[in-house]
Amino acid sequence: MSENTLVRRTPLYDAHQAAGGKLVEFAGWQMPVQYSGVLQEHRAVRTEAGIFDVSHMGEFRVAGKGAETFLQRMTPNDVARLKPGRIHYSGLLTEQGTYVDDLLVYRLAEDEFLLVVNAANSAKDFAWLQGHNDAGVTLEDVSSDYGLIALQGPKAEGMLEGLTSTDLTAIRYYAFEQGEVAGRPAIISRTGYTGENGFELYLAPEDTQPVWDRLLEVGGPEGLVPAGLGARDTLRLEAAMALYGHEIDDSITPLEAGLQWVVKLEAADFIGRQALVEMKEAGLARKLVGFNVEGRGIARQGHKVVADGEEVGFVTSGTFSPTLEKALGMAHVPVSMAATGTTVSLDIRGKVVPAVIVDLPFYKRA
Amino acid sequence: MYPDTLRYSKDHEWVRIEGDVCVIGITHYAQDELGEVVFVEIPEPGQEFDAHEEIGTIESVKAVAEFFTPVAGEIVEANEALADSPELINRDPHGEGWLVKVRFSAQSDLDGLMDSAAYEKFLEDGE
Repeated sequence: MSENTLVRRTPLYDAHQAAGGKLVEFAGWQMPVQYSGVLQEHRAVRTEAGIFDVSHMGEFRVAGKGAETFLQRMTPNDVARLKPGRIHYSGLLTEQGTYVDDLLVYRLAEDEFLLVVNAANSAKDFAWLQGHNDAGVTLEDVSSDYGLIALQGPKAEGMLEGLTSTDLTAIRYYAFEQGEVAGRPAIISRTGYTGENGFELYLAPEDTQPVWDRLLEVGGPEGLVPAGLGARDTLRLEAAMALYGHEIDDSITPLEAGLQWVVKLEAADFIGRQALVEMKEAGLARKLVGFNVEGRGIARQGHKVVADGEEVGFVTSGTFSPTLEKALGMAHVPVSMAATGTTVSLDIRGKVVPAVIVDLPFYKRA
Repeated sequence: MYPDTLRYSKDHEWVRIEGDVCVIGITHYAQDELGEVVFVEIPEPGQEFDAHEEIGTIESVKAVAEFFTPVAGEIVEANEALADSPELINRDPHGEGWLVKVRFSAQSDLDGLMDSAAYEKFLEDGE
C-alpha cells in the first residue's frame, strides 16, 4: 500500500494538478496550498474573485422529529429560531463551555439539518454527536456525498449569475437555495470565509469538477483565479474569522473568543451552558484581540505576549496582511491589556517587539 | 537554472566568490519552497558568524525560514534593497535577491560546497 492511499483526494485533485497547484497534506487531505502565489490569489479575491476547493470539510445530516431538540442541546445558538433555508454559525461545546469544534448549521427542512464541520475535527465531532444522541435522531456522516466549492469576491455573484437559473438576489447572507449550477444540482449558499461577498456550492462529487471548470471558463476572463488554503487563511485572518486550533480550541470558550453572539443562554440548556453562565457572572480573565506589529517582524501562532518578562498571553494567528501590507494578528491577552490602543510586547523568536491592540476586523468590505 | 558560477550548500544557500568575500543568497529551489517573501531579517555589517550558523530569517506569508552562512567570517555588506523589496528574492534569487556579503576566514569552508551539477543532482535525489 502506498502512503498516498492514506491521504484522501477531493473530487478536484486532478484539476489542482493540472492547474499547477502546490499540494500539501492538510487534515488528512491532499489540498492545494497555493497556485500562482498566496499574495496574488489573496488580492484577486479582494478585487475580482477566487475559487476555492473546500471539499475536505465534513458534512453531517441530522434528521427526524427530535432533530431540533437534539441540536438545541448540542449547540449554543438558537436552532428554534433558524428557519428552513437559513444558516447560522455555531459550535459544539464541552461541559466546560470550550470548543469541540465550530460549525455551520443549515436548516434543510423543519426536521432536517446539515452540519458543516472542520475536516480535522470531523471524526471527533461525529463521535461526540453520536455519544449524545440519546433520543436516536438520524445522524449520518454524509461528507463523501459532497464536493464543496467556495466562489468569493466582489465579482463572484456576477460570474455565478450566468450559470444558474436560481435568483441569487433572493438568497440573503447566511441563506441558501437548492438549485442548479451549470446544469448540476447544487446547494447554493451565500456564505464564505474571506470577508467578501460570495457563495459556497455543495455538489455531488462527480459534478464538482465540471462546475469548477465551467466557473473558471466563465470567470477566468474577468479575473477569477483558483485560490489555495494559504490565501484562505490570510483572507479569513484579515476578516478576523476564528479558525479552530488557533483562536478557538478545547481550552477556549466562545465568550473569550469574542463569539458571545453565537451563545443564546436563554434558548435552551445546551452542553456547556452552565460553565458559560458562571464565566459571564465571574467576568472574563482574558480576551481575543487584534494587533498590529509596530516593530520589525511577523508574529506567528504560539508566540508569547509578554509583560515584565512574564508570559501573559499568546498569539493565535499572525501573518503579513496582503491587503493592509503589514504584520498583524490575533492574540489572547488579559482583559486589562485588551483595550484598543494598548501597547503590548510580543516575543518573536526571542526578540521583544511592540504591538498595538486594534479593533477587529482588520478588513471590512466597503 | 543553477548558474555554474555559484557554489551551493545542502541548506539551499548559494555562494559567489569575489576575492576574499562571498556573496550569499538562497537558491531558486529554496525561494520556491518558501513562496512569496514578505519580510527579511539580515545581520548588520560588522557581525561575525561561524560556518553553518543562523544569520537571519526570511518570511513568506505562510512560513518562516532561517538562513545560514555556509562560511565563517564577518558580514561586510547586507542587501539593503530587500527591506523595501523582499520580493527580489523570488524574482531573482541568484542575482538581485542576494542577502549578505561575508569576508570569509577559512578557505576550507568552501570545500564542502557543491557545484551546480552536484546541486542539481542533490535536488533530483530528493535532498
